Amino acid sequence: MRQLEMEICENVTSKKASMEGLRKFLGALPFLGPFLFLIILFYLVPVTLTFVMSLTSMDYVLEWKFVGLENYLRFFQDSGVKTVVLNTVKYVFFTLIINVGFGFLLAIATSYFIRNENIRLLFQTIWMLPRMTPPVVYALLWLWFLDPTEAGMLNSFLGKLFGIPAQNWILNNPMKVVIIANGLIGASLGMVVFSAAIKSIPVDYFRAANVDGASDWQIIRYVIIPFLKWPIMFMTIWQTLSLITSYEYILLITDGGPLNKSEVWSLFSYHKAFSNYEFGYGAAISMVLVLIAVLIAILMLKVFGYDAIMRRGNVDGMRGEAGDESNKNHVAV
Amino acid sequence: MKAIKIMSPSRIAIYLLLAAVSFPIVFAYLWLFSGSISDELEFGIVPKGITLENWRFLWSEITIGTKVFENIWPITLNSLLLAGSITLLEVLISLLAGYALSRMNFPGKDFILKTTIILHAFPGVALLIALYYVLNYIGMIDKIAGVVLIKVALELPMATWMIKGFFDEIPWEIEWAAYMDGCSRLQAWYKIILPQIKPGIAAVAIFAFLAGWSEFIYSYTFIFSSENYTLAVFLKNLIGDFRFLDYGLLAAAGLFYMIPVIAFFLISQKSLMTIKFGGIKG
Repeated sequence: MRQLEMEICENVTSKKASMEGLRKFLGALPFLGPFLFLIILFYLVPVTLTFVMSLTSMDYVLEWKFVGLENYLRFFQDSGVKTVVLNTVKYVFFTLIINVGFGFLLAIATSYFIRNENIRLLFQTIWMLPRMTPPVVYALLWLWFLDPTEAGMLNSFLGKLFGIPAQNWILNNPMKVVIIANGLIGASLGMVVFSAAIKSIPVDYFRAANVDGASDWQIIRYVIIPFLKWPIMFMTIWQTLSLITSYEYILLITDGGPLNKSEVWSLFSYHKAFSNYEFGYGAAISMVLVLIAVLIAILMLKVFGYDAIMRRGNVDGMRGEAGDESNKNHVAV
Repeated sequence: MKAIKIMSPSRIAIYLLLAAVSFPIVFAYLWLFSGSISDELEFGIVPKGITLENWRFLWSEITIGTKVFENIWPITLNSLLLAGSITLLEVLISLLAGYALSRMNFPGKDFILKTTIILHAFPGVALLIALYYVLNYIGMIDKIAGVVLIKVALELPMATWMIKGFFDEIPWEIEWAAYMDGCSRLQAWYKIILPQIKPGIAAVAIFAFLAGWSEFIYSYTFIFSSENYTLAVFLKNLIGDFRFLDYGLLAAAGLFYMIPVIAFFLISQKSLMTIKFGGIKG
């Protein structure tokens, strides 16, 4: 990224020499002004500030007291960090499996096996529900479903059917709960993206396979999966990036508890900053996470190439060689 | 293909399996509905007798012990204001910027395009602490406007990329014609180009609104005064106090909060998939 920035900066400065360039830039400014203003104020400034803050012992008084690398040293010695890092790895890994794996199965089921347009739409809509539901309501549904009393949905269900005594699911399995809850949200994204990719496979391939007497399994293995290689890779990296920094649903469902058992990295930083008011320390924790996220982002750009992503837009890198113009996809939520 | 085709056993199995895994989701949303209109449920979701008591937050105060909850209407208004402003600003700014990035040539364009995509991958959480400082510095902490600006800024990269994709599709001839007729660049943008991409604008607007309406973390973190609460924060507080006491009340409040989302699903049943995941070029 740094390299890219420098390269572009040079580009910019060399062009600035010519008045023509400046004139053109000023011409674009009425269009770009508000965009640049907001991006600078709420992206570039905070990025810089986070770094500077991480070198201070800032608390709720918001005073800049520089302490050098103390926060970072503290982070690497903090006994709680080990749990948090381990939780994050577990969380990202297993949620990713649900996001990509289950999303893939849903896409195959809805886009390949179901031929009836309405039924397909019905199922896809059902799976979009968790994603479109406001996080607070989604969390409420989970709290209700896993209510620890005997009246709780899962408890009464298991109790009546199998005679299993009521238990406190969230307290006993906090990590599993947050993984599944987040997994379902991501699975719908996987479903949508993979479905679009499946639909963009030229029908001829399926016809040819049918003529050759291929079974469903063979069609999936030799026609669909090769076409989906690119989307699956993209999805994996994209979701990894989103997951290592996501914490909203965890905050709402377990809030990292009990006793840090479901505390992940980003939530840890959030708690340090907004529960303990240790802004400096919280910023340092974020900075380390950002570093990891940037490394993954660079990996993503390396694997897919700037050009592929630039040309096709965002998630669109995934279409790979399966080119049907009408089937662009992207992610807004 | 033949008109009547008997489904193969494996296909039936897939249908059943899909129905089985989808069932809990349907079940949960059915509960939200039936739980809101009844105090007693059979089999989890079948209401036994109907009551409007759970919806009492619409016309009376919610109290627990000595604690009195805020009236829901000003809070709903706050949420509308928040989501509405986010939509307006996000659409307007991304339309302007998307146009420049798609159809103008200027130094630094490539840099902006690439940075934008990197920014989208940049974790919002890492910025949260610094954003607190920035908001505080510009006097926007504890104000809805502050949350609006942040949310718009964070969603701009994505929205701008989408809009840029729409602009890319419009042939230059149309725009040249406008200049021939004496339009300025801004006039051409407003009068000639924008009408061409109305469906795209609608899609961006709808998703901006829903994202603003569902917004939780920034309101929760940056707003402290109860008069500036949004529905998300209100509901979160309600859940905190009533979780083990009154699921009926929570279901009703949750459903109330979900009205725009439900409306969206009902209206755009079919176009949902095509607008959002089909027609947009990156």
